[in-house]
Amino acid sequence: MQNFLPIAMAALVVITLLAWFNGRTKAVASAGVHPSSLHSLPGYSGTYLAIWSVLPAFILLALFGLFGDLLLNLQMRQSLPANIRALPVEQVELFMRNARALAFGGTASETSATLLDTAKTYASLSRTSNFAVIGAVILLTIGGFLFARGRIGKNFRARNHVEAVIFGVLVVCSGIAILTTLGIVLSLLTESLRFFSEINALDFLFGLKWSPQTAMRADQVGQSGSFGAVPLFAGTFLITFIAMVVAAPVGLYSAIYLSEYAKPATRRIVKPILEILAGVPTVVYGFFALLTIGPFIRQAAEAVGLSAQTQSALSAGLVMGIMIIPFVSSLSDDVINAVPQALRDGSYAMGATQAETVRNVVFPAALPGIMGALLLAISRAIGETMIVVMAAGQSANLTANPLEPVTTVTVQIVTLLTGDQEFDSAKTLSAFALGLVLFIITLVLNIISLRVVRKYRERYD
Amino acid sequence: MDTSVSPATQTTDTPSAPEAPKVRARKVNVFYGNKQALFDVNLDISDRSVTSFIGPSGCGKSTFLRCINRMNDTIDICRVEGDIHLDGKDIYARDVDPVILRASVGMVFQKPNPFPKSIFDNVAYGPRIHGLASNPEELSEIVETSLRRAGLWTEVADRLDEPGTGLSGGQQQRLVIARAIAVRPEVILMDEPCSALDPIATARIEELIDDLRNNYCIIMVTHSMAQAARVSQHTAFFHLGKLVEAGPTEQIFTNPNDKRTQDYITGRFG
Repeated sequence: MQNFLPIAMAALVVITLLAWFNGRTKAVASAGVHPSSLHSLPGYSGTYLAIWSVLPAFILLALFGLFGDLLLNLQMRQSLPANIRALPVEQVELFMRNARALAFGGTASETSATLLDTAKTYASLSRTSNFAVIGAVILLTIGGFLFARGRIGKNFRARNHVEAVIFGVLVVCSGIAILTTLGIVLSLLTESLRFFSEINALDFLFGLKWSPQTAMRADQVGQSGSFGAVPLFAGTFLITFIAMVVAAPVGLYSAIYLSEYAKPATRRIVKPILEILAGVPTVVYGFFALLTIGPFIRQAAEAVGLSAQTQSALSAGLVMGIMIIPFVSSLSDDVINAVPQALRDGSYAMGATQAETVRNVVFPAALPGIMGALLLAISRAIGETMIVVMAAGQSANLTANPLEPVTTVTVQIVTLLTGDQEFDSAKTLSAFALGLVLFIITLVLNIISLRVVRKYRERYD
Repeated sequence: MDTSVSPATQTTDTPSAPEAPKVRARKVNVFYGNKQALFDVNLDISDRSVTSFIGPSGCGKSTFLRCINRMNDTIDICRVEGDIHLDGKDIYARDVDPVILRASVGMVFQKPNPFPKSIFDNVAYGPRIHGLASNPEELSEIVETSLRRAGLWTEVADRLDEPGTGLSGGQQQRLVIARAIAVRPEVILMDEPCSALDPIATARIEELIDDLRNNYCIIMVTHSMAQAARVSQHTAFFHLGKLVEAGPTEQIFTNPNDKRTQDYITGRFG
């Protein structure tokens, strides 16, 4: 099995090339002295032949690679001696693992006659199945080659067939993205349902106390565990709000400057620099928040007689706001640029100044798109984790005071799932429930922003 | 009264009112970067009449039109030389604010460009930024008068709060004309105002232009010679950035002085 796959792959490449040239040559020959009388360019015939020679065999190989071992195990399990099959599940697993180790080279934790016997059948079964697959692949290759070669000719529509295959590839690729998303949502859903079977959903959504430590043993005290998610969502929204208070005006005004006032040369320099902000790793922003902004806020607050800590919602929110400025400015800049020049001309021709034109005509015309940009920035801020871990702390306070440490949903998910955890307690499962609610919130925000942006497009394209 | 190439040839044959020209251009040269678009244009345009600019594409007629309200100022690489006087005052003088100038020289564009606002707000836009109305009643009055003058009032009176972008092309163009009238301009520039419209909407706009002539100085760029002949009293023919000939429409179309004008009008080029 180990070196069978690479050899097969190399063979496939060689066959592809041979088939391509062969198909091409045959197409050219079939045209005779009038190459232009071919329905499709000769290259398409070559590609068609190559696809038929390789694709069916490749699909078989891929399926075998994915499910071959699984089928083999299933087969082996059927043929195990009755006394072994009667054992508990864990011991059967151990037996199988040892048999596999003996059959394919490895260290087995024990040896016995039955084990050696099983290993032998295992190895022979594996060999047979490999040979069977190799045979099938060769047959498919030759069969596909001959079938396709027979069809190539002067009037054969190779181009249409090749394009149909390309269409199929496109569909499969987009299907992968959709299926992955579906899989993630489903796993979130099932784990969340397990959580809600232990904790009341209303307690979770409306509870005011978050302290996810549950008793590991029955005799532990003081670790009852309460899963009220309100402080987490309050913290998330507080930090997001502070971030947007920073990012919305700064981003928007810089977008207006860039698109309406800046000279093209200035714009060429300033816009990429702003976009670099989006490329800074969030953990670096975290340093910045923890080491610079946090102490600064504490000192400033103490100077005016307020108590503050180094870790606070304000410091995380400010730094996160700086981080999402480029999202707002870059998207809004594109949107403002898309406002037709005719509208600006119309306003100038009425005797409006540039500022009046921006305020009364350009900004309202771009508003739907700007809303879309802001909503995207908000989803980004809600999902941000690293800055909050470093700058806002991890204590679940229910407070509206930005000078106190708070925590957010994403931070709690990280702390719940890192470290040694058994994976079936309410504590770990609550991470999935948090993830689900967060997912729904960002999904709704994204749907709204997409709607808004689409409405805008309908108006001007 | 007459549109003529130089003041020397200006005739004062109408006995009643020998008026000074409303707009008077002398030696106007326009450059886009290094490329010269207009060469020494001299032209007098009289008040309370329609003057049309005709000529093949790229001949500079729109460029000259945009000089009259200094719209070319909004294009970075554009440079204007020479004198243009409005009522005897140099509009390119240092102390003239183009923003104030454009309030008295309105402009209507080729494609109707209503703002994405309600019909009312579209017309009220200019009066609001120039503070022409001291109270809401006065503002509604200005809006109504302007819409009536533009011949749009009966069609939109019951839906003033609907978006202006929802009107048909011809209605949008009349809305834009109402918007321009609302700031009480003296001159209205129209850059091919009917080229995006169907024949019926075009006829309505032409009718409207003919009405407006009694109160305004209207200058219009058009590609349709039939339109120039129908609506305008004066016609100026531009070719390759030069003003070839200007005069009463009837004379330009029946008895042009220049051979190039003759060729263009009879469809031999352009």
